[in-house]
Amino acid sequence: MFYREAGQFKTSYEADMAVFPIRQDRVGLAIILAAAVALPPFLDAFVVGTVLVPFLVFSLAATGLNLLTGYTGLLSLGTGAFMGVGAYACYKLTTIFPQVNILVWILASGFFSAAIGVVFGLPSLRIKGFYLAVATLAAQFFLEWCFVRIPWLFNYNLSGAIEAPSRSVFGIPIVGASATPLARYYAILAIVVVLTWIASNIVHGRVGRAWMAVRDMDIAAELMGIRLLRAKLLAFAVSSFYCGVAGAAMMFLWYGGGEAKDAFSINLSFTILFMIIIGGLGSLLGAFLGAALLHLVPIFLKFGLPELGVPIGGATAEHLTHILVGALIVFFLIVEPHGLARLWATTKQKLRAWPFPY
Amino acid sequence: MLYQVFVDPFVQMADMPDLLVQVLWEGTVAGVLYALIALGFVLIFKASGVFNFAQGIMVVFAALTLVGLHENGVPAPLALVLTVGVMYALAWSIERVVLRPLVNQPDIILFMATFGITYLIIGLGEFIFGGRPKAMITGELFLPRGAIDVQMLGGRVTFQKLDIAAAVIAGLMVAALAVFFQRTRIGRALRAVADSHKAALSVGISLNQIWVIVWFTAGLVALVTGIMWGARSDVSFGLQIIALKALPVLILGGFTSVPGAIVGGLIIGIGEKMGEFYWGPLVGSGIESWLAYLIALAFLLFRPQGLFGDKIIERI
Amino acid sequence: MSAAAPRPGEALLSVDGISLAFGGVKALTDVSFDVRKGEIRAIIGPNGAGKSSMLNCINGFYQPQQGRITYRGVERRQMRPHEAAEQGIARTFQNIALFRGMSTLDNIMTGRLLKMKVPFFWQVWRHGPAMREEIEHRRFVEGVIEFLEIEHIRKTPVGRLPYGLQKRVELGRALAMQPELLLLDEPMAGMNLEEKEDMCRFILDVVRQYGTTIALIEHDMGVVMDLSDRVVVLDYGRKIADGTPAEVKADRRVIDAYLGVGH
Repeated sequence: MFYREAGQFKTSYEADMAVFPIRQDRVGLAIILAAAVALPPFLDAFVVGTVLVPFLVFSLAATGLNLLTGYTGLLSLGTGAFMGVGAYACYKLTTIFPQVNILVWILASGFFSAAIGVVFGLPSLRIKGFYLAVATLAAQFFLEWCFVRIPWLFNYNLSGAIEAPSRSVFGIPIVGASATPLARYYAILAIVVVLTWIASNIVHGRVGRAWMAVRDMDIAAELMGIRLLRAKLLAFAVSSFYCGVAGAAMMFLWYGGGEAKDAFSINLSFTILFMIIIGGLGSLLGAFLGAALLHLVPIFLKFGLPELGVPIGGATAEHLTHILVGALIVFFLIVEPHGLARLWATTKQKLRAWPFPY
Repeated sequence: MLYQVFVDPFVQMADMPDLLVQVLWEGTVAGVLYALIALGFVLIFKASGVFNFAQGIMVVFAALTLVGLHENGVPAPLALVLTVGVMYALAWSIERVVLRPLVNQPDIILFMATFGITYLIIGLGEFIFGGRPKAMITGELFLPRGAIDVQMLGGRVTFQKLDIAAAVIAGLMVAALAVFFQRTRIGRALRAVADSHKAALSVGISLNQIWVIVWFTAGLVALVTGIMWGARSDVSFGLQIIALKALPVLILGGFTSVPGAIVGGLIIGIGEKMGEFYWGPLVGSGIESWLAYLIALAFLLFRPQGLFGDKIIERI
Repeated sequence: MSAAAPRPGEALLSVDGISLAFGGVKALTDVSFDVRKGEIRAIIGPNGAGKSSMLNCINGFYQPQQGRITYRGVERRQMRPHEAAEQGIARTFQNIALFRGMSTLDNIMTGRLLKMKVPFFWQVWRHGPAMREEIEHRRFVEGVIEFLEIEHIRKTPVGRLPYGLQKRVELGRALAMQPELLLLDEPMAGMNLEEKEDMCRFILDVVRQYGTTIALIEHDMGVVMDLSDRVVVLDYGRKIADGTPAEVKADRRVIDAYLGVGH
């Protein structure tokens, strides 16, 4: 009853092609955005810092990978390394030019990731599908090696890791020890909202369509005049850009530095991949849903269960996480290969007819 | 600079030939062990068209089960038998719970499902056996210890007896598998299934049975691999990442070729060790972590189907 | 060499001495024929005669080992897929090659991708030049949708459509490219009588309204006789007959080929 389109007529192609053609969707999105801005000050700082900020970082990285794997069909296992490139690029940029706004550098570091992404995407002209994944593994391991072996990257720190310096925006510290979780949250919220909007624009236009054609049947796409190499390299570039920004955000707005060489390992690549598999390949919403689920499960097991009185050690929680994640992936692939996003879309379909069964 | 890259390493090799032989041997051993893991992949891929990413963790799980049982007082021979049983149970459950529902899905979905299986087994392994590394029970399994020193080429080359045993065992395994595929009725059925599920079904081959057999065989290979790998270093979850090295091996050798797995393994193993030893110091050590992938990548660019694989002809 | 646009009646496409082999299998041996502008040229022959391979060569998907392809007056040794599309050659496929993840509308819109030129910078913002271009091409595509009478399924994911409609959508996608030469690979396969009649009607309309030249592979002899202006017959990769439908129908070699008389 709430969710019907009756009475919403589209009188122009532009209206028909809107990203959210149904009014209820637009209202829903507005409510979510409003909540995202207005609610967090009332939440516990710990929740903001360990739940919301990482969730946004993961969502951004997942969006990036989704553009490459979900929309263009190029399986990549190098996400972690591309995130790392962004983080180190940001670190170098901000230590060389400390007076420039850190947000600018976080966004700029994406371009470095994009460049590296293009280089490692070049084989995609000759290599397809699963073999390409192995090429991305080369990127992952090579870049990881670089992060450790090129001391210039971490400014010759004894710790061998990025140490995020204090940075402020408009007088409010958002990086470093004095930055509150809330400040960091708003910084990354702004970044994620803008970049997601841009991603949406790209996939709904000709670029997104070309990408999906390459994914669905690249031979046919080529025979229709789509330049495969250009489309694939663009996908690598844009995807790596998003991952780079996410990596920079991860180091500067979430972690505050440290442990960099372990942070961007192949495990991170897999984590992000699982997020988009569960969330739904080829769906922007899916990136968020998958990130939410995969991020919340371990938190729930680690902190939520003890809160509810179930005694469970930290290590056990981790083990259970692995089991649950594995089971979830298998479950989704069997039951709904298009992930949570499809489940959500199906629910909305049913809502359209609700309370009538069809 | 050019001298350092293109001339000096070879000079070094010629200068100390005994060292060269040592490095070659180390590479061969590593290659043989990679080949063992690759074999597991080849088996499953050949017979079911599924690239079982979980092979690596199956190796670890098999080793953990064996050691875990032994730790709890089970004598080695019995522990071996029980582990075989466990691997069978694992194969059966994977077939039943994961593969059967996904039988008609595109390959990439099955591939991703094996990611899920991998994580599940990791979690299970951690849960049951704890996360700490363990030592392989080499003595109880009658695996040799110690080394043989050979005086040759102006110096001394050391061959670990365990390594020799590993090479021999791997060789036997490959021979047995090759015979199995070519000569037996089941082997033929496996090849039929690899070609086309639907066609195999239509001639009455039971896919479910075949898949259980295949995954079980892969489980056995995993057990042998786990024992050999675990004997050389400890049994830990770090092995799982090393298993990723099997991918370059498969790319070189082709995904469906048993001899290819050996050749690929040797090329990667030797290439890696030589690269690390003679060229590594030029750029900073540790290039072993990515050299194999680079070799595979270079290969893919020139010969996308690997050395032994079937040429991919696309039809539309 | 500049491309000279042929007039109706002149050869738009001609293939000379095309030979194509895959390893030991000879798909085509020394095949030569031409297609005149504005005509409907049928390519027929028993299964495995090499008909689809011929189309694939014209399209640039296969590179023949020998022979030349002359299109719009420009002779080339091989055609690249991208070139073929840019030059105005569009095609449908024997086993439908639609993009299954997309709707009918989006599939047909991909046919316009060659003509969509607004740079990436504007795609990022969507509203502005990118949107204007989208609307302009949407308008054209709606024209194609109306022409093929598929308005009712424009938002349906193509994977859910029945076979006959999928074939129609594929035709729409090819038409969206505004091709000069349209290659149809068994456009009526698997259709019932009514669907075939519709498809015939569409093909004739395409030629009449847009002056498109058509080369089609077809097994239904009735369709071939009714629709086509001239026919080429292939058998075991060789051309065995070339002429009007009536001539070809009476040709002894053609009858033998179809009856499977030994060679």
